[in-house]
Amino acid sequence: MIHSLFLINNAGDLFLEKHWKSVISRSVCDYFFEAREKAVEPDNVPPVIRTPHHYLINIYREKIFFVSVIQTEVPPLFVIEFLHRVAETFQDYFGECSESTIKDNVVIVYELLEEMLDNGFPLATESNILKELIRPPTILRSMVNTITGSSNVGETLPTGQLSTIPWRRAGVKYTNNEAYFDVVEEIDAILDKSGTTVFAEIQGVIDACVKLSGMPDLTLSFMNPRLLDDVSFHPCVRYKRWESERVISFVPPDGNFQLMSYHISAQNLVAIPVYVKQNISFFETGSSGRLDITVGPKQTMGKTVEGLVVTVHMPKVVLSANLNATQGTYNYDPVTKILVWDIGKLNPQKLPNLKGSLSLQSGAPKPEENPSLNIDLKIQQLAISGLKVNRLDMYGEKYKPFKGVKYVTKAGKFQVRT
Amino acid sequence: MLGMSANSVSYNEQGSVESGVDAAQENSSIPGSFSSDLKEMLESNKESLKLEAMKRIVGLIAKGKNASELFPAVVKNVASKNIELKKLVYVYLVRYAEEQQDLALLSISTFQRALKDPNQLIRASALRVLSSIRVPIIVPIMMLAIKEAATDLSPYVRKTAAHAIQKLYSLDPDQKEHLIEVIEKLLKDKSTLVAGSVVMAFEEVCPDRIDLIHKNYRKLCNLLVDVEEWGQVVIIHMLTRYARTQFVSPWREDAMFDENNEKAFYDSEEERKVEQTKPYIMDPDHRLLLRNTKPLLQSRNTAVVMAVSQLYWHLAPKHELSIITKSLVRLLRSHREVQYVVLQNIATMSIQRKGMFEPFMKSFYVRSTDATHIKTLKLEILTNLANEANISTILREFQTYVKSQDKAFAAATIQAIGRCATNISEVTDTCLNGLVLLLSNRDETVVAESVVVIKKLLQTQPSQHSDIIKHMAKLFDNITVPMARASILWLMGEYCEHVPKIAPDVLRKMAKTFTNEEDIVKLQIVNLAAKLYLTNSKQTKLLTQYILNLGKYDQNYDIRDRTRFIRQLIVPNEKSGALSKYARRILMAPKPAPVLQSAFKDRDRFQLGTLSHTLNSQASGYLELSDWPAVAPDQSVRNVEVVKEAGAPALRKSKTAKSNEKFYSDSEEEEEEEEEGSSSEGSSSSSSEESVSESESEENSDDSNKSSSSQSEKSSSESDSEKKKKTLKNKKLQQQKPDILIITYLPPQIMQKTLLLIIMTKYILIHIVLSISTQFFVNCMCSLLHLCVFLACQFDVVSWHVHVSLQASSPVFVPETSHELLHRMTGKGLSAQYRFTRQPCIYGNSMVSLQLTLSNSSDQALENIHISEKSSTGQNIHRFNAIERLEPQASVTVSMGVDFNDSTQAANFQLCTKEDEFSVSIQPAVGELLLPITMSEADFTKEQGKLMGMNESSATITMTPENVSSQSVNRKVVSVANIGVIPSSQENIYRFAGKTVSSGSLVLVSVALKDPDAVITINTEKTVIGSMLLRQFKTALTNSCP
Repeated sequence: MIHSLFLINNAGDLFLEKHWKSVISRSVCDYFFEAREKAVEPDNVPPVIRTPHHYLINIYREKIFFVSVIQTEVPPLFVIEFLHRVAETFQDYFGECSESTIKDNVVIVYELLEEMLDNGFPLATESNILKELIRPPTILRSMVNTITGSSNVGETLPTGQLSTIPWRRAGVKYTNNEAYFDVVEEIDAILDKSGTTVFAEIQGVIDACVKLSGMPDLTLSFMNPRLLDDVSFHPCVRYKRWESERVISFVPPDGNFQLMSYHISAQNLVAIPVYVKQNISFFETGSSGRLDITVGPKQTMGKTVEGLVVTVHMPKVVLSANLNATQGTYNYDPVTKILVWDIGKLNPQKLPNLKGSLSLQSGAPKPEENPSLNIDLKIQQLAISGLKVNRLDMYGEKYKPFKGVKYVTKAGKFQVRT
Repeated sequence: MLGMSANSVSYNEQGSVESGVDAAQENSSIPGSFSSDLKEMLESNKESLKLEAMKRIVGLIAKGKNASELFPAVVKNVASKNIELKKLVYVYLVRYAEEQQDLALLSISTFQRALKDPNQLIRASALRVLSSIRVPIIVPIMMLAIKEAATDLSPYVRKTAAHAIQKLYSLDPDQKEHLIEVIEKLLKDKSTLVAGSVVMAFEEVCPDRIDLIHKNYRKLCNLLVDVEEWGQVVIIHMLTRYARTQFVSPWREDAMFDENNEKAFYDSEEERKVEQTKPYIMDPDHRLLLRNTKPLLQSRNTAVVMAVSQLYWHLAPKHELSIITKSLVRLLRSHREVQYVVLQNIATMSIQRKGMFEPFMKSFYVRSTDATHIKTLKLEILTNLANEANISTILREFQTYVKSQDKAFAAATIQAIGRCATNISEVTDTCLNGLVLLLSNRDETVVAESVVVIKKLLQTQPSQHSDIIKHMAKLFDNITVPMARASILWLMGEYCEHVPKIAPDVLRKMAKTFTNEEDIVKLQIVNLAAKLYLTNSKQTKLLTQYILNLGKYDQNYDIRDRTRFIRQLIVPNEKSGALSKYARRILMAPKPAPVLQSAFKDRDRFQLGTLSHTLNSQASGYLELSDWPAVAPDQSVRNVEVVKEAGAPALRKSKTAKSNEKFYSDSEEEEEEEEEGSSSEGSSSSSSEESVSESESEENSDDSNKSSSSQSEKSSSESDSEKKKKTLKNKKLQQQKPDILIITYLPPQIMQKTLLLIIMTKYILIHIVLSISTQFFVNCMCSLLHLCVFLACQFDVVSWHVHVSLQASSPVFVPETSHELLHRMTGKGLSAQYRFTRQPCIYGNSMVSLQLTLSNSSDQALENIHISEKSSTGQNIHRFNAIERLEPQASVTVSMGVDFNDSTQAANFQLCTKEDEFSVSIQPAVGELLLPITMSEADFTKEQGKLMGMNESSATITMTPENVSSQSVNRKVVSVANIGVIPSSQENIYRFAGKTVSSGSLVLVSVALKDPDAVITINTEKTVIGSMLLRQFKTALTNSCP
């Protein structure tokens, strides 16, 4: 299936290669470079590229292209999903998935890749199993390793892989048994010029951090499960119970994992927490423009909106911005043409405003379209959909775990057209 | 990671060198000083230094540097106790083994040992690495290891075996048949761990063997939810293909249902009844698949969701299709690349079934932050979804897109508007007006695209739109994009009759600027001129001629050609023939309007979710989805009878090398000497090697067996006489060997392989008896020697006996006579005959190889011919694979093995068909219980000396005169018993040697002629066999028949 993997940075340097079958010359990447050049923006590189003898399937993450080489028919999503899993594993191991961390940990990276695929077919992708096979690096451990010469490869072989619940290792022990769940909802919306909602939906995930000894069997139930339109689960969740009782029953993996994700698309349910009043105009003469943006609270359910950031992708002709913010700071990057206004906490009494002039490249025609605004925000202790966890029960173990649920609402792809 | 080496000096050096390496070209090999440093580190005694060196080497490999020269130093560490070091060596080995085959072999024994480790994970990892080393020589070892691992108790090891199948297949596709057997076995596995991997192997090796799936179909469906996610994808894709061959179309129902609905209004009752005679009932197995895959739509793995979606698309009744919509839309939240693939699939679906995605239309609205290819795909889908009801919403949405800063996307939107306009006639005018407005857009690409799209739209209804054409003519001066200019000119020419006043004026302008125009514009100018000349020659004659003159001397040959052609066509002169009469009809012919359709129109020829679908061209290895069968194939094939699963047999005896290929001798000398037409078939080399290693491992387990467990092999190329010469070269290093392995006259390559096999299997004690001919001595000695050297360093105790002796073995004569096993009268049409092939049996080295010919003389096909499980006399019988079906008058030859245990007692067993059972028995002649061996005359005499007294039986006979010649004696003897001829220096003494099949006891026969008498002497431990043989020889040699 997956023949080889090449990691290429944004500058086009190939900095890591791994082959699972016979070696394929890295010259195969020339086709990728060609496509990369044509695409201008890294985001525009087609994920599937055909070459005379191979197919290149690539993903772009954290400024790195993961380019895999395929020789025969394979579902492209299979490869794409796997590549993302690789990137996530790196992130999990090294805290971030960047060129420098990969280069610094090249041996672990290689060991990981070796375990994750056998002959191009995924073998162990479950982070719990991998962590038993290859220990993630910590500063302390790498110090100790250098001195004592001990290794970061697990001496004991993983047990999880062999059991029927491959995601959990056996013999977990904690002194404090805790289970935390974060309900994180993101609002995806498109608002038009006048502020009416063109499209809105909620994407939610429940992230869990479960540190329980032994083999606990958990059941999570909601006050209002009917709210959930569409769900997808971690493999540990028993589908049947959800189908019949609308409860989430599972033996959890150890540590952090994403329990489920859900989707609420009924538009009337989607509350839009902020409104934006904006006026961006470019003048026909004098190569300048005006910008005036005000953000105010709309349906916040009595909670405070935090971490408010407005991002504007300006047209190419905008050279600089001379603005005045009543709250927060703004920054205009003339190279990427991105204006970022970091507001912070939204104060309903005194609405933040950003106002001023834009200077355009002289002689260039005025931009056809006004740039759209991307909003980022965060509301603590609120699931905007109204979803509420009812209770968490544990079976199979005797101790009393400490339980906790946290709610957060964020803006996802929240866009205001102007 | 690399930092803080204990050896700071080398670290510093390394640091500076490495930066140099970075700057160097890719794939350059590492500088000498650096590599010698690493070598030193690898050879040091300190584990930590070795580890450090390996880490650096892996770093080099990751960068694509060539580190192959370190191979010898690295491979030594393959048996290291340090797990990390070992793993890194594995990484290195798998990477370079292909390039350094000879050296890579040095590591094999370590893996072989690990294959027998009590820890399942060590077994698995050994198999993994062993099978990843792409060295063709070890194919037989891999094969053996896979077969063994496939019966391992640990599902994890079996999973690894399934992976190894694919590796071996890509290394040596000739192993296909054997691998299919392993796949067949593993498909029966009930472990969820194995299921995905073995189906993957199935897809790779034998995707057409759909028959292997039948029995496992229900099990796979039921296991599916618990299989790991990657396996799920593979299984679902395979089951999709399977279902399309096994079930009838569920879509018929829908079609019929609709039809009936319509008919109900105006057709008579009776006719409807006819239609409904065959209501569609879904096969329960079909339903099972749909039901069991449905929960997987909730998987977090996008590939699984997509796989289930395509399964529903291809298999589910149309009205059940809607359940996949939500899941697919959910995937759009995922990464850019996932969106790309999912949107492509939705695009294809949305052409056929708008209704599925219409409620989710807004999910396809474009954001300014989307990548361009995502935007265009969303646009495509929105266009596909457009209908009378939603078109106004969509057009409003499109209006924002047209203003996008991403001009390529804006242009695509304009095309989309054009498509909506042609597809939905209600909005054609609205769209056209909108597009006309865009003509005054500031951006040129937008204007140009609008012109092109308007041109297409106008073609559908030109007469009503002369004002638009006029408008465009006015715009003409401001438009600079060549394609747009060309489009306007074409419109002018095509509809010049609608704009009689403007067209000549445009031509006038163009005549002025002709030389400065782009080529496509010039071509259209010539076109316009020609058309105007035909319709309005009064006004444009001179202009046309001027333009034609300009075109005549243009730099571009296309334009010169066109000009020449047009001139001949339209300007009447004496030379122009009949063609100019038709000029008007040629140029002014009504042209069909272009059809604006989705680029995804024909994508549905590919299975959704596949690479081929994404690329819109067939990728290599793409498996076509077959059409539904008109009539459902037999459903009962999926019925599984409840069989008690015999616990994974760990015994190697039960290993099954069910070769369907017959194991003939492929000896040419036989044909020469015996003038028999024994056909030679290939593949004997690989299978015979297998049996060698088999025998060896047998010896391992049973070292008490001191007698020679020998194997006989032969080459197909060398004649007997040559053999004799070659055996002269012999050396004896040591004599007291417990085991003797006899290999003779193999081509050097096979010889080498065999040696390796032996050495690898027997890593603690090695006793090899070699027969080495001068010819290939050199060939195999090199590899042999470095193996010896390696082994010597690898193992503490190595006893290395190279007994170079002369051993030969190949049946000198294979009788063609076959014996009746089952008569067709008693067998109710089934008849069976057997014959002894006199070959070493591939199923087990204590078995006698038999060939069975089964024929069907009845007038009905016989099904499921097999040997029943129970054998009444307790002999170990290797059964042939059940024959599924034997057509009337057909016959089939199969091979089987029977362990007679060195006795002539008959083997009784049941030959069964689907309906009947027949008791049959095979009575072996004593001569068939032997296998030939060769040795030197001296050895013969010596061995004979050891087998005196009770072990000797002899008789004196009177020879018939015609038997006296050496040839006839030889022939007589070898036809009676399967023994080898020993070269004899004495004229009147003939010597023959063989061994019993089961126990491997030596049987030595000598015939001394003392005219007219002859003395037959037989020396063997097996006195019963000896006396029986003697009797047979007596009759044979006294019998006058040839």
